Amino acid sequence: MTVHFKQDKPDDSNRLDGMKQGVLGKSIPRVEGMAKVTGTAPYSAEYPMTDCAEGVLVTSTITRGNVVSIDKDSVLSMPGVLAVIDDPAMTTRAAQGTADEAPQQEPGTICYWGQPIALVVAETFEQARDAAKHLPIKYREDPGAPLDPQAVEAEEQEDETVRQGDLDHAMATAAHSVDVTYTTKGHASAAMEPHASIAQWDGDKLTVYASLQMLNYNISELADALGMEEKNVRLVSRFVGGGFGSKLGVSEDVVAAAIASKEVGRPVRIVMSRQQVFQCVMRRSETTQRLRLAADQSGKLIGFGHHALVSNLPGETFAEPVLQSSHFLYGGENRDLMLEVARIHRMTAGSVRAPGEAVGMPALEGAMDVLAEKAGIDPVELRLKNIPEEDPEEGLPFSSHKLAECLRLGAEAFGWDSGPRSPRHTCEGEWWVGTGMASAARVHNIAEAKARVTLKADGSALVETDMTDIGTGTYTILAQLAGEMLGLDPAQVLVELGDTKHPRGPGSGGSWGAASIGSAVYIACKAIREELGQRLGVGETELELKDGEAASGESLVSLLDGNDLSREGHYEPGDIKDDFTASGFGAFFAQVRVNRFTGETRVDRMLGAFGFGRVLNHKTARSQCLGGITWSIGVALTEALEFDPHEGHLVNCDLAEYHVPVHRDVPDLEVVLVEERDPAASPIQAKGIGELGMCGGAAAIANAIYNASGARIFDYPMTPDRILAAMPD
Amino acid sequence: MRPFSYTRARTLDDAAQLTHDDTALAIAGGTNLLDLMKLQVETPETLADINRIGFGGIEDTDDGGLSIGALASNTETAVHPRVRSDYPVLARAILAGATQQLRNKATTGGNLCQRTRCFYFTNIDQPCNKREPGSGCGAIDGIAKLHAVLGTSDQCIATYPGDMAVALSALDAQVEIAKPGGDTRTVPVRDFHCLPGDTPWRENVLEEGELITAVALPAPVGGTQIYRKVRERSSYAFALVSVAAVVEIEHGKFTRADLAFGGLAHKPWHDPRIGEALIGKVPSEDLFDKAADILLEDARGFGENDFKIPLARRTLHAVLQNATEAAA
Repeated sequence: MTVHFKQDKPDDSNRLDGMKQGVLGKSIPRVEGMAKVTGTAPYSAEYPMTDCAEGVLVTSTITRGNVVSIDKDSVLSMPGVLAVIDDPAMTTRAAQGTADEAPQQEPGTICYWGQPIALVVAETFEQARDAAKHLPIKYREDPGAPLDPQAVEAEEQEDETVRQGDLDHAMATAAHSVDVTYTTKGHASAAMEPHASIAQWDGDKLTVYASLQMLNYNISELADALGMEEKNVRLVSRFVGGGFGSKLGVSEDVVAAAIASKEVGRPVRIVMSRQQVFQCVMRRSETTQRLRLAADQSGKLIGFGHHALVSNLPGETFAEPVLQSSHFLYGGENRDLMLEVARIHRMTAGSVRAPGEAVGMPALEGAMDVLAEKAGIDPVELRLKNIPEEDPEEGLPFSSHKLAECLRLGAEAFGWDSGPRSPRHTCEGEWWVGTGMASAARVHNIAEAKARVTLKADGSALVETDMTDIGTGTYTILAQLAGEMLGLDPAQVLVELGDTKHPRGPGSGGSWGAASIGSAVYIACKAIREELGQRLGVGETELELKDGEAASGESLVSLLDGNDLSREGHYEPGDIKDDFTASGFGAFFAQVRVNRFTGETRVDRMLGAFGFGRVLNHKTARSQCLGGITWSIGVALTEALEFDPHEGHLVNCDLAEYHVPVHRDVPDLEVVLVEERDPAASPIQAKGIGELGMCGGAAAIANAIYNASGARIFDYPMTPDRILAAMPD
Repeated sequence: MRPFSYTRARTLDDAAQLTHDDTALAIAGGTNLLDLMKLQVETPETLADINRIGFGGIEDTDDGGLSIGALASNTETAVHPRVRSDYPVLARAILAGATQQLRNKATTGGNLCQRTRCFYFTNIDQPCNKREPGSGCGAIDGIAKLHAVLGTSDQCIATYPGDMAVALSALDAQVEIAKPGGDTRTVPVRDFHCLPGDTPWRENVLEEGELITAVALPAPVGGTQIYRKVRERSSYAFALVSVAAVVEIEHGKFTRADLAFGGLAHKPWHDPRIGEALIGKVPSEDLFDKAADILLEDARGFGENDFKIPLARRTLHAVLQNATEAAA
């Protein structure tokens, strides 16, 4: 039995607060943690298969053009080689998140250097890899493919454009104005687990074990690519070794493995090499962003401008949504916002953790620091002054708004000095030491979701959905949520995820997983409680369940009387999505040191205070924040995709040369969770926290670099070469 | 990775026999070689495993120095009590490189022979005169942030990426080499690596069939020993610039100044004129500038790596200032 709930109104009943088990929100360690650290949790390439053949993707060595011919025969005679496949149904890039249909196919048409064009299948991985490197390919090159986003005419994304009032006039007449241009380089998700699949056919039924974030969309994407009906496709993705957006859409390995398995009549496994993961899945676009801020004498914004240029391949719908939080974070009645996309032939641009705010916020919050200095106002105070009462463009109320509280609590916990600020106030040995801060914002996303909850006759519970856990804690929070609602220790709740045989979840992406699937589980549990209440003769709202018993003393086992009780919860966001502007908010504070000889920058300490609705598990939520802040350090100081200027290929395509922060770069981080209930966010009053922790943090570091060293830099990442060039003598 | 045969050498002679043709390579820790084989940059038909031929010890020498076996792991060397007390610049350089896991496997000989991290060298679908003579250089007008500013040629601007050898160069260590047939020869570390010139594929003076057996350190030299490595992140990154320094100041004047530089050239860079300019002089900013002028006299950037020239100057200043302060 399915219970469908479409949410049109805020829910401030806060029912979860009235439950008796007392497990929701608790710092429970991840339930699958032991399996992962002991190597017993199977990742997609690790499912035991008999007679599994191995596939290796062959990638293009030209930037644009066509494959004229592939001399398959020359490698088919090599030891162990079973097949060379260049089926037109193979995909040439990963699907964009929530695409729900196949991405670009026809691998013979080449749009970027490194694009998959064929697959070699062999008995062993080594044989396949060797044959893949030997495969002779004739190309017809289409030279002159544009590679530089600055050198082409860009397309305006009209639905992002906002023009209110007269920004030019506001800038000309403002007491204080800032007009600065920031750049950010491209980023990679760089998840530990590479993209990997095993495909297996049973008649016309296909099963693929794959590393994916959104099975509910991926099944459609795969079925569409293969021209199959979804009912004949099963995707399994129970454990995912990090996704960060790179596994939102079905990737090239998944489709290729399915085609190859059909052709060779055996299971086929494809594991992308680290280089292939970097070169042919997803990049975050580089950006160029012009910020214009006009303020009156008191520092209150009267004008706000944000123009951004991003890039993608021709035909791709995704444009890094740089302006996402700029639309509502600060006031200013004269507004001018515009997003443009340059069509260039670098690999596909798509979602990388916190698409939009990950790069938009570091630019905006850097510019705010420049304004604070110009206006002679404490940076925290400047932000507090400019928090709007309602969405400054849409006129909508905010669903909840914790920015002011995060700024105040964060400043207090960090020990922020609100006195006058001037660069180079502290030198310790060779190191200039300084502080900086920034606001955090990340839009709240929520999606339709289904989950089945079964109260078993033995008094335990089972939660089933095709939702994934990409290392974020989904298994754990759903056990807590069901435990809270049904009066069970979470250890009594078995959560089954990542299999399309279960009801469709929302997938993991855009920080929407916990609130969306949590709401579906909540609805299912509520329906079970209604049935239990009827059996006990009490209303659902009066029913008290704890430790497997009702308040009357009757046990769940006896109430169930030998039968399972199952309900499917179906959550759908309704008018709630249109009636409010909903976002997570927060504040970052950083202390950094900059070496006066070498320009090397190290973060001493960093603090983030975040408000994102109900906290479902303090430990997993905090861990998400720690991860986000760590990404902020990468955005600020080291992470940059470097593309060859002549062919557009990514040159630093491994973890030695794409510099994510290492342990030693990540100091003591402090996280302050500013708990709240957001009635318009979801029926469980929760928003997402997977991305907020990196939305602006890089600016806190950049602003601290300026405060420490006097180097005001407008280009991320702030590597020693850039710091030396900007540092006063 | 191409299919290859694997053979375990039992003795030095064995190893020399097995590696005496250009389709065979010796493997010790494999931390560099295996990566390059997976990328098909290296395609040996035969791998001769030399891990069991001896030469793993670290021993005192008759002249009071220290002999570090070619197969001693980087970790063993870095934690050796005599290295720590008498040659701290070496311990510091090793610990500034790679990661603990890699240092546990990496060996003295392998470290000396490690190959460049140039992006165009490690991608077989790109031109590289080092990997494929005559194919061109992708880096010269490509992505060259990590590349050399000293001793480059129009064939190659790659850097030698290591840290250990930079310290060995400052210490004026000697590389002991076994030739096929049982003879040996000794080459100063300072002469072991080559500049690219017209033969960028030739990275060091080892001839076919020759194997490093040890590195000999001179009797302890004392002084202030510094290894300064500049990098974007604080671990697991190759040097933008590094400086190894063995410096002594007596009565307010430099009496020893052995300096070597990493990240600037196809080899650890040692210029004897720098020490000569410093010795007998009173430390000062002007003097440090003169030293930097000598170092960077012929430096040439390739756009993206232009910053290495001022960075090298500034890092040298920092090191000499640290040394001066330590002596005070």
